[in-house]
Amino acid sequence: MIGLLKRDLTLAIRAGGGFGLSLAFFLIFATLVPLGVGPQTTILSDIAPGILWLGALLACLLSLDRIFQLDWEDGTLDLIATSPVPLEGLAAMKAFAHWITTGLPLVLVSPVLALLLNLPEGGFLWLIASLGLGTPALSAIGTFGAALTVGIKRGGLLLSLLVLPLYVPTLIFGALCVLRGAQGQDALTPLLLVGGITLGSLAILPFAAAAALRVNLR
Amino acid sequence: MNLRVTDLACARGPAQILAGVSFAVAPGQALILRGPNGAGKTTLLRTLAGLTPPIAGRIEAEPDAIAYASHADGLKSQLTVEENLRFWAGVFGTRDSAPAIAAFHLGPLLDRRAGEMSAGQKRRLSLARLLVSGRAVWCLDEPTVSLDAENVARFAAAVTAHLSKGGSAVIATHIDLGLPDATTFDIAPFVAKQIRADDPFADSFAGDAP
Repeated sequence: MIGLLKRDLTLAIRAGGGFGLSLAFFLIFATLVPLGVGPQTTILSDIAPGILWLGALLACLLSLDRIFQLDWEDGTLDLIATSPVPLEGLAAMKAFAHWITTGLPLVLVSPVLALLLNLPEGGFLWLIASLGLGTPALSAIGTFGAALTVGIKRGGLLLSLLVLPLYVPTLIFGALCVLRGAQGQDALTPLLLVGGITLGSLAILPFAAAAALRVNLR
Repeated sequence: MNLRVTDLACARGPAQILAGVSFAVAPGQALILRGPNGAGKTTLLRTLAGLTPPIAGRIEAEPDAIAYASHADGLKSQLTVEENLRFWAGVFGTRDSAPAIAAFHLGPLLDRRAGEMSAGQKRRLSLARLLVSGRAVWCLDEPTVSLDAENVARFAAAVTAHLSKGGSAVIATHIDLGLPDATTFDIAPFVAKQIRADDPFADSFAGDAP
């Protein structure tokens, strides 16, 4: 299973786009917001937590349909399904690889963009913590959605419709955590809720994704 | 007996394709599946490989005995030949890919990326994976597509070597591979196409069924 992870990371580096696409989207999105909203720093400070979380979420969404689609198209998924590797393990490794190539770069670049959006000083630590804790849930939920729609040509729209409602709790508590941190209030409770969502997703969704893959491979 | 199939009925999506298929493959034996295009050879092989659950009947084989090779090569075009093989060796828990490289003459291509190879070269790499899998029963779907005569002979030699070690093979093909002890199995008499009665969505698909 480590081999699966290594292969996915190698492919992400060689194919280009793997690391770059979501990150570039996040950068462009967060850079354009001040241009659209206007330069008033007070307004930017108020909306920064929500904008940063929303940008990270949409950037994650952008790369979801690649998780299983390429392996399905070239027949690799069929072959892995007949190999000793359990599909649950495949789903977990795919989610992990997606997080390393998408979630982790977003977490690392987020403080720079927070500076750009004039996020109050108190929010920085909570931003990194909530994104670091919350993006694995985005990858796990997204992997489940990708497993449901694998094999559907141009399934990207359906995938977004399925996944976005499931992303809502993570978005609400993640953004709330940063907002409260920025305002100097207690931010630990929403952070713990984000952590709970992540742990729950990681525990359940690889099994759900594997079941969805089995049905779709028939 | 490496593989025994009893009264098997297979389906693809909402449609039943084959019914009443029974055969047995002994160690050292190859079974050649014949049948016109669309008869259900691929469906039968996918069912044997465990990708599609059978509607009825039984498939008896050792657990994890079947290696499946489909129409698609299942290669990553950004990885080299060696990396592709090493990945599959890791997945199947085997370490030695040297026999596979030798059997399909992949030595000169090891550092080439799969995306830069011809269709026949990709097919050779895809077939080499069977040797890396270390499994006893090969289920092959048109394995010789886009191979030239020389490489068809290499493939036949690899299958013969596999059989002589007590392995067996079920091969859907339209050409004569010249294998010893090969039994031909025509699936045409078992074709029984109908919409599955137990499918709750059967009605919605009834319009476009063959």
